[in-house]
Amino acid sequence: MFSRAYKIVVTVPPLAWVVVFLLVPYLLMFCYSFWSVSSLQTVVHSWNLENYRELLQKPVYWQTLLRSIWIAARVTLFSLLLGYPLAYFLSFYAGRRKDLLYQMVIIPLWVSYLVRAYAWKTILGSDGVLNTLLQYVHLTSHPLDFLLYSPFAVVLTLTHIYTPFTFLPIYAALEHIPRNLVEASHDLGATPAQTFWKVIFPLSIPGLLAGATFAFVLSLGDFLAPLLLGGPSGIMISNIVVSLFGAAYNWPLGAAISLCMLVLVVSLLFFSERLEKKWSFS
Amino acid sequence: MSAASASVPRSRWLLAHAAAVFAFLYLPIAVLILYSFNGTGVGGFPPHHLTLDWYRMLFGDGAIWDSVLNSLEVALAAMAISLTFGVPAALALDRAQFPGKALFRRLVLLPLILPGIITGLSLLMLFNLVSLKLSLLTITLGHGTALISVATTEVFAGLQKLDRAQEEASLDLGANYWQTFWRITVPNLKLPIIGAALLIFTLSMDEIAVSFFLIGRDNTLPLEIWGRLRRGITPEINAVSTIIFVFSLVTIVLWYRLRVRAEGSAGVGAELMESTVSTQT
Repeated sequence: MFSRAYKIVVTVPPLAWVVVFLLVPYLLMFCYSFWSVSSLQTVVHSWNLENYRELLQKPVYWQTLLRSIWIAARVTLFSLLLGYPLAYFLSFYAGRRKDLLYQMVIIPLWVSYLVRAYAWKTILGSDGVLNTLLQYVHLTSHPLDFLLYSPFAVVLTLTHIYTPFTFLPIYAALEHIPRNLVEASHDLGATPAQTFWKVIFPLSIPGLLAGATFAFVLSLGDFLAPLLLGGPSGIMISNIVVSLFGAAYNWPLGAAISLCMLVLVVSLLFFSERLEKKWSFS
Repeated sequence: MSAASASVPRSRWLLAHAAAVFAFLYLPIAVLILYSFNGTGVGGFPPHHLTLDWYRMLFGDGAIWDSVLNSLEVALAAMAISLTFGVPAALALDRAQFPGKALFRRLVLLPLILPGIITGLSLLMLFNLVSLKLSLLTITLGHGTALISVATTEVFAGLQKLDRAQEEASLDLGANYWQTFWRITVPNLKLPIIGAALLIFTLSMDEIAVSFFLIGRDNTLPLEIWGRLRRGITPEINAVSTIIFVFSLVTIVLWYRLRVRAEGSAGVGAELMESTVSTQT
């Protein structure tokens, strides 16, 4: 029913925009990663694998990458441990208050990322809220200084930020489970635990995978929380990229790291998508 | 559903867990607001000397208000860009077949799930290549591009529920495509479009990871706050954050009402999350 002209008018402008502002920049990043920097700090457009060789040879890069993966993995795990039971409670036990509670999970998402990270900084600092509270009630006599400027602070803050993100797809998956399946399971004599593990949990796996992917990917690439709360031991891979694009002025090397991240992230998305398909029954 | 009386202890555990998670989610927000009234700075328990001084200081702070105006400008322009290209993109995905459609869909959605640093840096390289000076314009282009994904997913979800008979009737009765688009398609997609616009606006106001790399001389509000955090922290930041929080809250409540009245449900952003998850396939 839609004419050729209609289809062209709705397709060409967005396609052109996306090619210019998304596809070309990603390709440019790809090109940059094979270029190098001269001693005069100008970019030399000669193709070589130097950047990738450096990434493999200098332990600082892959060590930081591993640390970032480890931080992102903990954030993902904790977000799931907080988000899944919450979604399950809301979907199956919250009754009439379900809508209100759902909104209450969403609201923190609308509070600026930066502001929430900053709030944790004021809580965890050596003269912050938590330390002064502990001293006020005489639980400690000195401020605990491992709270801020540590991987712990980064994991805590990112968990706080990504818990609602993991909650959402899990909740959506749980809401889509036909309730008569659960009733049938009860009627056929399954205990609540059996019903959960044999009926509800398998059906929620696509949502769980989507939530986990969100949390992992977004926290893996974070550089603001580490800058604000991480200290030297909480540096993540994106911080290295930021410094390569800034003070260190080595865009090609920064592009190579970014491209590795991009490949890692896109393949993760690909695999989680495959797994989601495998587990979805609809 | 009878959640079986045997599982009462279980629901009690779940209730306790839920309460703990809510406490965790709201603790920083409560601290933030409380200490915006604290006379003796951002740390220190218990808070004392409650005062409005920080708010007074904030209202006299020209740099903050300049950055707020900059952010508003960027958010409105980004909203225009994202809707101008995101709505047709949704129509194209729904109604047209063209080579590279699958790639196009993935490309549009990618900025939503990619860490902001990748989007920011790749755009930085583009602007550097064409020698475009970094400014509010480059930030606007960045936000506009990254948030097309929001407009497209929200509107695409709306299109899936849309009954095409009305559009068909309009065309049969002699209206042209342009008239049909404005008189039938857009009014029917009012809710997803308003929802997308609100989301884009809020996300742009709050965006920092992409802006971080595209910033010129003028700061947006998050970057202004970022700059101050690096220099040391004062409750003035708490005050401005509290005001933003109240504004966001009002926006959500308004949107909630609008949506409940229209549809009886109010999944703010849920559509987005769900479709991001499912349109990957």
